[in-house]
Amino acid sequence: MPTFLLKRVTTFVATLAVASLLVFAVLELLPGNVAQVILGDTATPESLAALEHRLGLDRPAAERYLGWVGGLLRGQTALSHAYDTPTAELILERLQVTLPLAAMAMALTVALALALGIHAAAHHGRRGDVGVMAASQLGIAIPNFWLAILLILVFAVKLQWVGAGGFPGWREDEGGGIVAGLVALALPAVSLAAVQAAILARMTRSAVLEAMHEDFVRTARAKGLDRRAVLRRHVLRNAMIPVLTVMGLQLANLIAGTVVIENVFVLPGIGRLVFQAIANRDLVVVRDVVMFLVAIVVAINFAVDLLYALVDPRLRAVDA
Amino acid sequence: MDADEPLLRVRDLRVTLRTPRGPADALRGVSFALHRGETVGLIGESGSGKSLTGLALIGLLPEEAQVAGSMRFAGRELVGLAEPEWCRLRGDRIAMVFQEPMTALNPLHPVGRQIGESLRLHKGLDARAARAEALRLLERVRMPRAARRLDAWPHQLSGGQRQRVLVAIALACKPDLLIADEPTTALDATLQREVLQLIATLVREDRLALLLISHDLGLMGENVQRSLVMYGGTVVESGPTADVFRRLAHPYTRGLFAARPRIGLPRGTRLPTIPGRVPELADLPAGCPFADRCERVTDACRAAPPPPVPVAGDRGHVARCIHLDTYA
Amino acid sequence: MSRHGDFWRRARRHPGFVVGTALSTLLGLAALVSLVWQPWPPAEIDIPGRLQPPGAAHWLGTDSLGRDIASQLLVGAQSSIVVGVLAVAIGLVAGVALGALASARRGWVEELVMRFSDVAFAFPALLSAIMLAAIAGPGLPTAIVAIGIFNIPVFARLTRGAANAAWAREYVLAARAAGKGPWRITLDHVLPNIANVLIVQATVAFATAILAEAALSYLGLGAQPPVPSWGRMLNEAQAQMFQAPLLAVWPGLAIVLAVLGLNLMGDGLRDLLDPKLARRR
Repeated sequence: MPTFLLKRVTTFVATLAVASLLVFAVLELLPGNVAQVILGDTATPESLAALEHRLGLDRPAAERYLGWVGGLLRGQTALSHAYDTPTAELILERLQVTLPLAAMAMALTVALALALGIHAAAHHGRRGDVGVMAASQLGIAIPNFWLAILLILVFAVKLQWVGAGGFPGWREDEGGGIVAGLVALALPAVSLAAVQAAILARMTRSAVLEAMHEDFVRTARAKGLDRRAVLRRHVLRNAMIPVLTVMGLQLANLIAGTVVIENVFVLPGIGRLVFQAIANRDLVVVRDVVMFLVAIVVAINFAVDLLYALVDPRLRAVDA
Repeated sequence: MDADEPLLRVRDLRVTLRTPRGPADALRGVSFALHRGETVGLIGESGSGKSLTGLALIGLLPEEAQVAGSMRFAGRELVGLAEPEWCRLRGDRIAMVFQEPMTALNPLHPVGRQIGESLRLHKGLDARAARAEALRLLERVRMPRAARRLDAWPHQLSGGQRQRVLVAIALACKPDLLIADEPTTALDATLQREVLQLIATLVREDRLALLLISHDLGLMGENVQRSLVMYGGTVVESGPTADVFRRLAHPYTRGLFAARPRIGLPRGTRLPTIPGRVPELADLPAGCPFADRCERVTDACRAAPPPPVPVAGDRGHVARCIHLDTYA
Repeated sequence: MSRHGDFWRRARRHPGFVVGTALSTLLGLAALVSLVWQPWPPAEIDIPGRLQPPGAAHWLGTDSLGRDIASQLLVGAQSSIVVGVLAVAIGLVAGVALGALASARRGWVEELVMRFSDVAFAFPALLSAIMLAAIAGPGLPTAIVAIGIFNIPVFARLTRGAANAAWAREYVLAARAAGKGPWRITLDHVLPNIANVLIVQATVAFATAILAEAALSYLGLGAQPPVPSWGRMLNEAQAQMFQAPLLAVWPGLAIVLAVLGLNLMGDGLRDLLDPKLARRR
């Protein structure tokens, strides 16, 4: 087992390293002179040089890269040039919105998708199956931000149950509260979840159908287990393995989705942060946030790999 | 129920399947009887309906299959039985061992737990008792280092070992009838005899009835008392194994035996083959299913399925051929 | 040749494929037609006539600047198709080349290509597009490149997997025994046999590209005015949510129909081209 773990950890670290190189290359080296961008065309050579020195742009690339990575690992990040605060602080602050949002969306996705997918597989070829397939076919064609706008139209404009956007904050003394915060995240979570649930439902259905046709299911039935017991003990657990991988990928999609959704609902989360940073040409923030998000995706996939090994004994095998 | 009453009596069993070309009769009136402790073999090639017969007896036919006729097991009619009743019988009174040991065990459950599953289901044993009994069963099927294997995962066992586990699973609740569908076909030649002899021994020890389904004439000859030869969904010949193998009354049986490779034949001997191919279900002729490939065929053969005709000189040996007497 | 006739016969009876192809053709037609004719010039501003409901003159009404919605939808189809075709082309050409190379060479080349695609998958498509937009500025070319780059690992992975299976087949072994070089074999035997898988993936990738482009345009990072784009129309419509809620419906509907059509067509192709690929229906 340790060899298997070692291999995974090495891949994890290597992927992170290469990703960081990529991010650095694209966002630090390619844009050319960031100082020029910040100060504009009217800048004097002296102010340009001063800013370059302040930003450390006059140091060699390798040194800048290592300095950046070292800082990231210690939690000491560069200052955002628009907000004049360390990016780490900005990220942490914005996570208070994005994390709950992603969690809610993921929970909704999994609940909906597993229920629908298993139902469709159990009623293969009949009405329940056809219905789920049709609905999911529609679901994957709908852009999540369009669904968001439609939901706003219905629930905020027509019914006026919720506001059309914005986030009141988690603290009561800021005019918000736990409940108010959750309500504000409800529609965004649904918009995110609907599309992902459609994809996951189809995946679940096909994984369960595959598992249902395995030989060991026939053995189980020959033992006298009824259909429900066979489903529970032999089909679902085995079907969950491929479903788990997809769920991991979904989390990555979810994160990308928050970028758009937070802009639709004007939520002060990480997605909106990135977006505003681009508008402000605040490459420092873009660089650090992108790296952060990429790191999360890699970490999630790593966790899924480990979970796999936990669930499937064949992966832990070293001998017979 | 008196002692002479067969454990299993199948009368005119018919199974219709849905094929892409419409409904087709896969089993066309199969009849036979099986007594307690008796071993019977179903011989045939693929497409003969032998596996379907086995599946019908344990109620695992595909959902769209239509079953007609009668299967009486221990006085109970199985045709038309409701699923909850089937679940009570399966694993407890009727058990089955299938062909592919490599994929027949759930890779996510330890072997001991899979053996104990039917014990806990049918006999109400708790986890500990089931585990103890599973160990005993593993030892009975001669699994080397049984105690260690109890917690092993299926992928850690070889094909032969997995098949032993599957035999243990089948025998766990001491069923009355064991159906074995090509149990050794997927194993190495050396293992085949061993595993089959194990099955035969256990069947003898527990006084089970055994229905062995196979295309392997050698294995049949060694292990079953009576043999039924199947072709095109019907039993074309049935009788005591020794007699069937000696007389080769039905043309199909004769063809099967002639086609066997034998040690000692001069090099370059062309093995005789039965001309033609096994027809698809939907293409079977109306009369004798073997008509299109038979050397003795006449118009009368195609008119109607031949009735079982006793083979002269043997007891309990019949064949469905109207031209039996023309050939010795 | 009867194989092609057989294909079209089966295709006609596959409801999903028929509907999907119909919708996709509609998309193509809309774009083609809009090249030569639009009901109104899509960029023509008419402030007095703004926010009109659907009517005889403007079939779907006008937006906040008085521009005709129907015309914008028609011309918007062009952006969607251009992005779809080019982004998929980039992914296809580069991805298949990498995948075929990995499969032909095996060893460290394969390892390298797979690791590269692993890293690429760590960058969600939208995120990469945003990164690129940050440095290259927004616009249709940026969107095309970003989406295209993300398609490369997708096709590379797919090609390598399918090609590996093809290399193991008997006729390939025969070709190798006959002394044919790996490039010859790849071109003559491997690629034609994985073509089906690639076609299906290309169709699905097209649909994904349209969705991605819409998202980017919504964020303002895609096609810039005056080039019409469905995604940007949605953004503009959101600002008018209270006055003219219907504005948000049309562009979204267009996107859904286009993506649905392509997905259905792709699924249908999968069933028709390779029965072994078809999942249990």
